[in-house]
Amino acid sequence: MAEGGQLVDHRDGREVVLRLRGVRTQFGDHVIHNKLDFDVFRGEIVGLVGGSGTGKSVLLRTIIGLNAATSGTIEILGVDTSTLHGKAERAMQARTGVQFQDGALFSSLTVSENIIVPIREHAGLDEQTMRDIAALKIALVGLPPDTGDKKPSELSGGMRKRASLARALALDAELLFLDEPTAGLDPIGAAHYDELVKGLSQSLGLTILMVTHDLDSLNAVCDRIAVLLDKRVVVGTMEELLAYDHPWVREYFHGPRGRAARQERK
Amino acid sequence: MSDVEPTIRYTMRAGKPVVEIGGNWTVLTLRGIRQKAARALSAAGAGHAARMVDASGVDRLDTAGALEILLLAGGGPDTEVTTRQKVHADLFQVVQKNMCAAMPERRVNWLAHWLEEIGQNTVDLYRQVINLCAFFGEILVVFVEACLQPRRFRISAVVRQMYEVWIRALVIVGVLCFLIGVVIAYQGIQQLRQFGAETFAVEAVGISMFRELGVLLTAIIVAGRSGSAFTAQIGTMQVNQEVDAMRTIGLNPVEWLVMPRIVALAVSMPLLAFWGDMTGLLGGAVACTIYLDFTFVQFFERLRDTVGAWHFYTGMIKSPVFGLVIATIGCFEGLQVRGSAESVGQLTTRSVVESIFCVIVLDAVFSIIFLLADV
Repeated sequence: MAEGGQLVDHRDGREVVLRLRGVRTQFGDHVIHNKLDFDVFRGEIVGLVGGSGTGKSVLLRTIIGLNAATSGTIEILGVDTSTLHGKAERAMQARTGVQFQDGALFSSLTVSENIIVPIREHAGLDEQTMRDIAALKIALVGLPPDTGDKKPSELSGGMRKRASLARALALDAELLFLDEPTAGLDPIGAAHYDELVKGLSQSLGLTILMVTHDLDSLNAVCDRIAVLLDKRVVVGTMEELLAYDHPWVREYFHGPRGRAARQERK
Repeated sequence: MSDVEPTIRYTMRAGKPVVEIGGNWTVLTLRGIRQKAARALSAAGAGHAARMVDASGVDRLDTAGALEILLLAGGGPDTEVTTRQKVHADLFQVVQKNMCAAMPERRVNWLAHWLEEIGQNTVDLYRQVINLCAFFGEILVVFVEACLQPRRFRISAVVRQMYEVWIRALVIVGVLCFLIGVVIAYQGIQQLRQFGAETFAVEAVGISMFRELGVLLTAIIVAGRSGSAFTAQIGTMQVNQEVDAMRTIGLNPVEWLVMPRIVALAVSMPLLAFWGDMTGLLGGAVACTIYLDFTFVQFFERLRDTVGAWHFYTGMIKSPVFGLVIATIGCFEGLQVRGSAESVGQLTTRSVVESIFCVIVLDAVFSIIFLLADV
């Protein structure tokens, strides 16, 4: 196996924007990840999959910094996150964006105000400029202009996800983390969302790591797929993983849903 | 990250107005850019209506920067942009495709706003009263049904609630009433001593505790700790759709959630108020032994001789009504919760405020009734 849990080396001279080495996370005696290596390169979309209880969300939270790793190093955009404090940490937060599963929009603020929060905090522009930027982001994620003045509770689940993506994009983050972005959407909405993510990543040059269970999304948007297996990550393209011999991987990708998703793609 | 300031210059090129852009144009470097642009524009002379942008001097660019550049160049999606890097050209294209005027901020005349607010609140209050009456009616229906079929009182749920609202409130109610008893006795002695009537402090403690303070203080504590808990519990269930689930299974939430709480509180309130009265008297007695050289026996003998039983009864008559009101409002607001966890917080606050308000208003009504009844 190549470096960073890859089946074959895909680096191809690209910059490594996320590098995990020897990461171990445990709660009490329960070890969730052990000796986990994982690389994400600039400009790609990586899907993170794994059975329930394998710690997909824990891994995401660990990378974002909401949960401390027991040991190991995590480098985001070339900086070891454990060495970041104060100003440098805030600067790093401005370069990454997170979309939480249910949106996690601030419920007391309108969508516009939600998008403005990170801009005001990090850039401190004047009101009108920030409102203009918010309107642009709302359009970018494909929401109608009047969404800006609505409260999160007035939006449907799919719109909330888009609004949350707009907030994650507020500062033009280079690296985006999406937690189950298509969960709970109908197939049409999910397909549109996939297109949106792919389009944005191309036009804005984003690097995206998304936790997902949607085999269609994996097929449609992900350049590579990271599978959580036996407390570690195995990364490869769809083709490589199809050939990979592991009971869970075989069942996941060769099961009826996996086959149906691939069929559709052809 | 290099912090090259964004630059902007309005010039003429081959007889055409052009905006020259340079430096870093990212969301983190844009502070104060509009004032800067306005200065540059006035330096170039007014009426400079550029439709062309030369962004070949731009170093770093993001969507916010591209948006600002386009807006400063007059805004339209038809603006011509020349760039050095392909990435920048793509970015401008994306932004041009998606840019639209920010929704204008809704500015309202303050008087209109004020009137709207009053109107809205009036309508809300009206609806609130109607809904509360309807809810009370629903409770009565369930109560009557339960009386015909006593099994439906859900005794185990009632007992569990009583443990929460009665047993667990004993310490706090006892301590507070004791302290109030001490304070009233002490103040009474201080003031009445001027007339040489300091022994009347015993009546002051007895009558005020029995008639008002014991029950009122207890009601306020209960509203704060049990009424709010009812709203939060039922509200959380409402957010989790547990209440909806109950309905689909055929369980009436009023019977299962509301009734046990109301019965428990209506029974617990007199018990708590009685406990409050007793600890209050104890506080008074302690204060009198300290400041008045009374013995406990003297205090209670004087109390027996001078404070009639009806003072005690009036308090006891009020207390179950207060309990009923607090529980009804607490449960009602809990069932009003819609959607998010945020509304649980709002409605919990509202439930406490409303129940304390209602308790005090009812207390005033009771005073009038007792006055007319001459007790």
